[in-house]
Amino acid sequence: MSRSNDNMALQAEGLTKIYGSGHTEVVAVRDVSLSVSRGEIVALLGPSGAGKTTLLTLLGLIRPPNTGQILIDGTLVFNNHQAQVDLRRFRRQKFGFVFQKANLIPFLTASENVRLAMEIDDQPAKVSRKRAMELLEYLGVAERAQNLPSMLSGGEQQRVAVARALANRPSLILADEPTGSLDGVRGRQVMELFAKVAHEQNAGVIVVTHDHRALDVFDRTLEMEDGQLRKSHN
Amino acid sequence: MNLATKDIKHNFARFSLTTGGIGLLLMLVMGMGGIYRGLVEDATSLVERIGADLWVVQKDTRGPFAEVSRIPRDLEDRVLTVPGVESAHGFVSHTVQRDYKGKPLRLTIQGLSWPLDRGLWLPIAAGRGLTQAHYELVADKSSRLQVGDKLALGKEIFTVKGLTKGMTSQAGDSMAFMTLDDAQAVQFDLSTESIRIERMARVNRLFNIELGKTQPQMSERASGPNSGIPALGTFMISAVLVSVKPGYNIEAVAKQIDAWPDVSVYTKDGQKQLLLRGIVERARRQLGLFRVLLIIVSAIIMALILYTLTLDKLHDIAMLKLIGAKNSLILGLIMQQAILLGCLGFCIAYLLGQWIFPYFPRRVVLVRGDLYSLAIIVFVISILASLLGIWRAMRADPGEVLA
Repeated sequence: MSRSNDNMALQAEGLTKIYGSGHTEVVAVRDVSLSVSRGEIVALLGPSGAGKTTLLTLLGLIRPPNTGQILIDGTLVFNNHQAQVDLRRFRRQKFGFVFQKANLIPFLTASENVRLAMEIDDQPAKVSRKRAMELLEYLGVAERAQNLPSMLSGGEQQRVAVARALANRPSLILADEPTGSLDGVRGRQVMELFAKVAHEQNAGVIVVTHDHRALDVFDRTLEMEDGQLRKSHN
Repeated sequence: MNLATKDIKHNFARFSLTTGGIGLLLMLVMGMGGIYRGLVEDATSLVERIGADLWVVQKDTRGPFAEVSRIPRDLEDRVLTVPGVESAHGFVSHTVQRDYKGKPLRLTIQGLSWPLDRGLWLPIAAGRGLTQAHYELVADKSSRLQVGDKLALGKEIFTVKGLTKGMTSQAGDSMAFMTLDDAQAVQFDLSTESIRIERMARVNRLFNIELGKTQPQMSERASGPNSGIPALGTFMISAVLVSVKPGYNIEAVAKQIDAWPDVSVYTKDGQKQLLLRGIVERARRQLGLFRVLLIIVSAIIMALILYTLTLDKLHDIAMLKLIGAKNSLILGLIMQQAILLGCLGFCIAYLLGQWIFPYFPRRVVLVRGDLYSLAIIVFVISILASLLGIWRAMRADPGEVLA
């Protein structure tokens, strides 16, 4: 296991992901390198089929790359397709995930959904209960703590999902189209929330989005096309 | 935080219905076992309660329950001469069916050797036992007869003086106890016309042989009652029940009587084995097979239910995996629900059974050992049934959440 720059939440070098083989071979991600530091929020743009979600699955340690290296918080996690750590443990301790749909567990209340992320990391119930309330308060949904997801609006659900993503003080938050199911105003509010989280919680944030209306909240935007990173704007 | 119970609370109606269905299935499994135990108890309760050490029956028969046995009543006296025999009582067993208050009434009548055997061993639940030599009856409660009811049997009217509990024959018919003389009177009852025809035929037969021609005055006796003709003997009985004196070897006494060329002898255990092997064995196998099939069906249904419940949660399981949940958490979620389903199903089966089984036409006896065995089987099939769901959950791809 090698270590690198301590302020970097993510460093990825030469990532390639190929699906299928022979005639059916598809190169979904081709030689992608990027890094995100703690406290930085980055937008990942690109048309459908550009490989954004595949890149997210590589960076989120959900699928292994065929080639390339991934370092999270300075720890080498993937060296080509070889995992160097316990991926699931690493995901629960270092990552926060937010999706287009909130993906909250439907039979748990808002508070329990947030606590769950901590309790699967063996944190005591007392600690998790306190932090869950703090996070829900921070995100402005504390009054809905005891409600089931089905009783929350789309925006409230997304806030609870963000609270869950922050529960274990992650180094990196990955968000896939988090405003896809929200209207313009609420979408912008969520994007601003991510920026706030990145800056105040000192986490690196990568947001895959099609929504160009809120790009001003990002520190940096990356554009992807045909599996490759084409442009980067500060 | 227990995910299994949270999920159940959220889907309470569906889980309750599913558990109820499993409970009904398990009640059938439990009932099958109970019916078998009831058969065994019905078949052996009389032999057990009557307490005779030996049963003397007609030679080479498996009487008096597994097949018909006829022996002369004076065999009692011969048996009493055998060293080691404390008492010997005649015993009669036969079944009658009558219409009573517009409904068919089947009774297996057991004749007790009054006054030696007054039926003190009977489990009286209401009223009293026999206190007279004639016209009294003790019936089992399952016959629906009441104390004080009057029943016409043969040419007499019998009054129900007492009720027993749990005394039914191996065929499930209610037992009724009366004195041996009364039981024989009922068994060999003939209509007046039949008696008249038989007496006339007897006189005709007499005149067809030399004796009738040389002694015509015998026709007067031949046309009279049977009891006036010594050559006809007494009514036959089914068995002689023998008690062996303390200190004597029961097997040795049995061997001595069994050496006689006109009778066979069975010990109490031998008589029970005859009943169980001959009558109950086939039912046991049949019920056993049904039980096994029902357990397999229950296991398959439970597996399918748990698999479907898992499929419904597959997205949530993928999400749990994505945020780093350990396999043990996901496995626990499914297995705890499976065990809860099985345990609650078992409890429902037991409670429903307690309520419904008494209304079954035949006795359903729930034995503690059988219940424990079934509980263990249910626990095991709950775990096995959850394996299909667990297998599917383990294959859930966390990447599906992003798809």
